[in-house]
This record gives sequence, structure tokens and C-alpha cells, in this order.
Amino acid sequence: MERFVFLLSNGLARGAVLALFALSLVIVWRAARVVNFAQAAMAVVAVYAAFALTAASGSYWIGLLGGLLTGALLGAAVERGLMRRLPNRTPLPGMICAIGLVMVLQAGLAIAFGPQHRPMRPPFSESPIVIGGVPVLSPYNLFVLATAAAVMGALALLFAKTSLGLRLRAAAFAPETSRLLGVRVPRMATIGWTLSLATASLAALLLVPVELGLNPHSVDLLFVNAFAVAVVGGLDSPIGALTAGLGIGVLVSLVTGYVSAAAAPLAVLALLTAVLLLRPGGLFAAKEARTA
Amino acid sequence: MRLTLRAAAITLAAIAATFGLDPFRNYQLATAAGVFAAVAGLTVLIGLTGQLSLGHAVLMAAGGYGYAAAATATADVAPLPVALLAGLIGAALTAGILGLLLGLAAARLHGPYLAGLTLALVIALPSAANVLPLGGEQGRSAPLLPVPEALSSLIAIEQWHAWLAIVISAAAVTPLVALRSGRHGLRMRAVLDDETAARLSGVNPGPVKTGAFVAGAIPAGLGGAALAVATQQVAPGGYGIAFSLLLVVAAVLGGLGSIGGAAIGSVLVVALPWLIDTAAEAVPADLGRRLDGNLAVLLFGAVVIAVTLARPEGIAGLLTGLRRPKTAPSEPAPTPPGEAPPSNDSKPSTNTER
Amino acid sequence: MSALECRRLTVGYGDGAPVLDELSLDVPDGAVLALLGANGAGKTTLLRALTGLAPVGGGRILLDGADLTGLSTEDRIRRGLALVPEGRSVVAELTVEENLRLGALWRHRGPARTRAVEAAYELFEPLARRRDAAGHTLSGGERQMLALARALVAEPTVLLLDEPSLGLAPLVVAQLLGVLRDTAERTGLTVLLAEQNVTGALSIADRGMVLSLGAVVADRPAAELAADPALRRAYLGF
Repeated sequence: MERFVFLLSNGLARGAVLALFALSLVIVWRAARVVNFAQAAMAVVAVYAAFALTAASGSYWIGLLGGLLTGALLGAAVERGLMRRLPNRTPLPGMICAIGLVMVLQAGLAIAFGPQHRPMRPPFSESPIVIGGVPVLSPYNLFVLATAAAVMGALALLFAKTSLGLRLRAAAFAPETSRLLGVRVPRMATIGWTLSLATASLAALLLVPVELGLNPHSVDLLFVNAFAVAVVGGLDSPIGALTAGLGIGVLVSLVTGYVSAAAAPLAVLALLTAVLLLRPGGLFAAKEARTA
Repeated sequence: MRLTLRAAAITLAAIAATFGLDPFRNYQLATAAGVFAAVAGLTVLIGLTGQLSLGHAVLMAAGGYGYAAAATATADVAPLPVALLAGLIGAALTAGILGLLLGLAAARLHGPYLAGLTLALVIALPSAANVLPLGGEQGRSAPLLPVPEALSSLIAIEQWHAWLAIVISAAAVTPLVALRSGRHGLRMRAVLDDETAARLSGVNPGPVKTGAFVAGAIPAGLGGAALAVATQQVAPGGYGIAFSLLLVVAAVLGGLGSIGGAAIGSVLVVALPWLIDTAAEAVPADLGRRLDGNLAVLLFGAVVIAVTLARPEGIAGLLTGLRRPKTAPSEPAPTPPGEAPPSNDSKPSTNTER
Repeated sequence: MSALECRRLTVGYGDGAPVLDELSLDVPDGAVLALLGANGAGKTTLLRALTGLAPVGGGRILLDGADLTGLSTEDRIRRGLALVPEGRSVVAELTVEENLRLGALWRHRGPARTRAVEAAYELFEPLARRRDAAGHTLSGGERQMLALARALVAEPTVLLLDEPSLGLAPLVVAQLLGVLRDTAERTGLTVLLAEQNVTGALSIADRGMVLSLGAVVADRPAAELAADPALRRAYLGF
């Protein structure tokens, strides 16, 4: 029972990070109708920036802020410099270009910083708080959950209640009609990429301190799991990303704890395959089949 | 018939070339031949049906495991040539079955979903190797095929393995060329151009896409078998995400859909990293260690981006058969005649709104 | 003074013959001009070229004397042009209210935006009852109303409409055209109305212009055009 509570709460914290990263995939999907396969490589660049800034300044928070800014700028730069210049009639050029970007960024990081794992220290303790003899959540996990909840709430407000959010949604759903209403659609795509990469960078920044350490490939597995989350939840559905993120986070934690760490990617793969075959629209999307 | 003759001529030319190479180069040639078979399968899959598989390395690994299991089991009871044949059948079967499963998923999925599923498959391979009876990280060993008596005074073992790999990949790719230029190739292109239109002219896209996946998977499996012949083992570490992306790079560099291009791309992705790493030994040790393996990946990534940007219609345009695939004199496999001629590439933009 | 002017406008797709070849036309300030012509005459292409959605091969487009030719669609809209495209281009995923607010975004800020949206509800009462309904749940007539209302909240100087009556019940068409006529009279809005519904269009227009194979073949007062049986038979098919 103690073990279950611990795995569950740990899974929720991991799930919050997953949901955040999946949400970043949903944002860029809704803004530009692409699945950004370079999301992990771009986010890990932001984590390296945070790592360097923290090392230079001695402050976790300066690093965090600098990492988020780096991620946001990188998102804008990639949209302006690369993605905008590709034909969007089929998703293939965008995907292939993203693969090229993954190779450039990850190899570039490995050349610049070396391939070794660099430890990143979390700003709060990782030893769980014990309530009634049962170890529940660590302060760091509490921080992760609170941050993820705050950011997701802020994004939900932005999209649902502000005129920028209205423009972003309209530009994503109906670009031509939006242009006819004076919406600067290309700028909305840039803003979407910027928001998306800032969110993805935040998720990566929250994850890396509890992993083995920072390495050009530290975020790869997060991307694959977040992709599974986004697909299970429906790429168009932020609520789906949240629910599926928490669910898959708990699933991974339980499988890792009760079976083995090696079985977790297989469990995710099995779930992904089952959802894609049984409900290709995702569990939360009631509409049309996926014709990306 | 003409195709078979041409394939035989190219195969013999490649075998003759092995006499000019030292053992290490012959080992690289064997690797390139195995990679070529996989890239040929991949390029036909992407170029003709627009389905991006990021998991072709897993299909190669499946072929390798299939080969190792069947060849090892047969080698105990039968002579080695029979074991080799059994191994190849095993490779084609395992890769074909995995390809069929993926193809069934592919028939219902589009673009990013399929790419993501295949990516998840690559990431899960090391786990699968541990959970399934695949020998964990050590992998499985395959029987060593020694040089036959008659040739043993003439050639080294690496050269013999290069011969085998070349023959295996020729046997894997030749049917693919025939398939591509035939009726099925036409169906694939029809599905790529416009699924609805294809449906209206009596082509059911589902089976075509599934079939294309199987057709792209079997050469990959045989390519994995060729690698297992050359290295006598198959382990998950060799078939990671980096290698899988290199296969895509090879297909993109050669021009999607072009089998001759696949050969050039395969040689590049095998030879260039080695050349760069050799050059990197000349620089100071610390820098050299960082450049090792990474500089080549960086260059490949940059070239892929450049190719996609410089020919924005190059990749997309090729898909719709607007451009004739490149033909180069060094192509190991012929580009079939009768490609769609270039036509005007300026269509009115389609309104994508709902 | 012309509100909207085209000078020798050439529009074509690809290498084929241009859809519009050196077309010149003039829409006087405050006029309601009916743009008539059979299917394929080039009406939709003209409206898309005016708003920057179709590639212009040559010629100039002037709005209130200012050259629009090099501008993006968004910038043309922000200069006072509006297009209600064919097929009721309501954003299906957004609610009625959101569609209207979207139309008003660049023109109005703060409380003025809310006032403009409320004014649109007064003009189209059926929409007021369905504020929070998603676009895809609306009927054809409601969608066309919403598309028109959404264009009007931006208070354009020139409104372009592409076949607003297509596929709608006669009663709904009459209602829509009525609102259009009233708004034009009340605000001095200039309207270019592309229609196959000749009778309806001419009933509210000041002038009618007939387009055939990419060229203007007639440009006369609406009443005169409606009464010319030869012209109607030759170019409009009845």
C-alpha cells in the first residue's frame, strides 16, 4: 500500500510533466498543423542554456527563466527560418526538415558540451514528505505539480478568454477565413511555435533534474511518451493531453515499480498501438478521422 | 527479363569491385549493401506512398533476429548454405510480418501518426530485446559463414561476406524495382496523389498502403540479414534511433523514390561518418572525442534541411511524380523507364479550410 | 469618386490562359453594384484577386485611390475591404459570438468591440438567440447571416460578396438582401455583389455589370439591365 501511494504520487508528478509536454505538441499542432518531431531536441537546447546560466549565476531561477526564453526564441526562429519556407500541402517536408533539425541540434550539443551526463540539481528536496507513516510527495514533486497546474491554467485562460487566444484558434482552424477578417495568420503561427516551445522547455526543465542528468538525448523519451499522450488524448484536445498525460504518467510509474523499467516503453507502445487502431481520433476527439 | 539481366550485371560489377578493396573496406561495402536494401525499401515506401517510417531500423533488426534464429537452428542439422537460405527466409518472414502489422496500422493513419508510432517502436526496441527472448543487450549470434574451400586461397572472409551481402541485397531490391514500375507502383502513386480520386477509380487505398509497407519491410529485413552475415551477430544497440534516422537521411539524400539514389545515399551514410571520424583523429584528443560520430550527424542534418529548403517542391514534387528521378552511371540498380514526365508544377493552391 | 477601381487587372493560375485579362472596372462611392455572369465567368476569381487571395499577374487595384496591389490579404482588410466568400465561411469550431468578435478585432478595442457585436445582433436577430452555439451547428441561412454580420462589424468601406444567396430559401435570401440594402443606404457602404441570382441582385443594385469569359461585356443601370431581354439571354442564360 505504501509503495502504491508512493508510485501513484510520483506518477502524477511525472504525468504532469508529460501532460505539459504533450500540451506543447497540441499547441503547435493547432497553430501550424504540424507534429514537431524536433520538439525534444529544441527543448533540450533550452535546458542546456538553463544549465549554463545556473552554473554561471549560481541561481536555479535565473537558469529557469533563461531556459524558457531560449526555448521561446528558438521556437520563433525555427518557425520563421525553416517551417514557414516549406510547402505545407503534405506534412512530409516539415517532418523531414524536423528530423534534420534534430540531428543538427543534438550533434551540435554533443560537440559543444560533450556526450556525458551532467547532473542538474533540483531547487527543492527530492525526499518525500511522510504523512501518517506513508511517504507521499517530495517538495520538488509538489513544485512540479503546482508549476504545471499554473501554466496549464494560464494557457487555458489565454486560449479561451483573450483576443490573442481567439486569433490563435481562428488562424489554426480556418487560416483563409481568418486572413479575410484581418488576422495576421503567419504571425499567429510564430506565436504558436513560441508558446509551444516555451511550454516544452518548461516540461524538459522540470524533468531533467530527476533524471540521470543532462545529455543531448535526455528529453527523447519524454517526446515519445508525450506523443503517445497527445495521440491518446487527441492532438486537437488540450483536455485530452492533460487527462492522458496524468494517466500515462501513472501507468509508466506503476509498470516501472511493479514490473520493470524496461517494460514501461513497451506498455506505452502497446497503449499507443491499441488507441491508434481502435480509436484513431484519440479518446477525446469525437470528430473526423485523422487526415493530417 | 531485361530487369533481371541488368540486376545480374550490376551485381557482378559490384562483386568485381570487391577485388579492389582491402578487408576493412569490404566489410564497409557489406554494411553499405545491407543498408542499401533497407533504404531502397524505405525510399519506395516514402516516395511512392508518402508514408514516413522512422522505424525502418527496427525492421532491419527484426530481419537480423529472424536470420540469426533460423540460421542458428538450421546450422546444427544441415550444411551452411541451407542454413543461410533458411536464415534469409526467416529474415524475410519476421520483417514481413512486422511490416504487415505496421502496414495495417498505416492503412488507417496519416503522416505524423505513423511516423510517431514507428518512432515509439524504435525507442521500445532495447526494452523489447530485454523482455522478449532476444538475448538482451548482447543480442543473438549468427553462424560464421567461412569462405568456401574453392575460393579460400583467393579471397579473405570479409570479401566473401561482401559478396554474400551484395547478392542478398540484389535479391531484395530487384523485385522492388519490378514492383515499382509495374501495376502496383501505379496504384501506390494513385493513392499518394489523391486518396479520394484513387478510391473513385477503383483503387482501395487501405490494402495498397499495407502492401507498400510489407514491400518496404522485406528488403529491410533482408538488409538486416546481410548485416548479420557480415557481423555474425544482431544486437539492439546497433539499431537505435540514430541509425533509423540515418536510413531516412540516405533516402532523402538520394531523392525519395529513387532506388539508384538509395544506393548513393547508403554509401554516403556508411562511408562519410567513417571518413570524418578518421579525419577527427588528427585533431586534439578532447575535441576529437566530441567530434567523433557527431560531426557526421551534424553535417547530415544540415544537408537534409538544405535539401528540403532548396527544393521545397523537390521532396513534395517528387511525390506526385513531377520530377524524373536522378539517374547516375554508378547506380547499382536501374531506374525503370516510363517514369511520369515532368509537367507543370504550378497548380492552384487548394483551400484546406473546413 | 470611385471607392474601388481595377485597372487592366490580369489574373491567372499557372501557365494557362488568364482567367481575367486586363479587366478594368469602377465601383462608385456608395454604390451597390451587381456583378453578374454565368459559372466560370471569373466572378469569384475577381473577388479573390481584389482581396489578395488569387495571384495577380498585372494591373492595379485601388481602394479610395490608394494602391492595394502589393499588400497582403490582412492589410487590404485593414484598409477597409471586406469579403464574404462563397460557401458561408463561418469558422465551424468557434461560437457565433466568437466569430463576430473575430470580425471586430482589428477595428474596435475594448467596450467599442462589445457595442459593435451587440449592434450586429440587433441587425440579425436570429443570431442573438444563438450566441453560444458552435458554428457547425448553424443552419445554412444562419451561417450566411453570421458571415455577413461578421463582415459588417468591421465597418468596411467596400464590401464584396460572393454568391450569398446560393442554396438558400427565397425568404432567407430576401431577408439578407434587405439588410444589405438598408445598411448600404444607412451607412453609405459600397457593395460589390457577385450573384447568379440575377433578379435578386438587380432588385437591390444601382448598377449591374455583366462579366463573360473574364471581360466586362455590359455596365449599365440595374433597371435598364433587368429590362434588356437580349442581354439576359446572351450572357445570363434566361
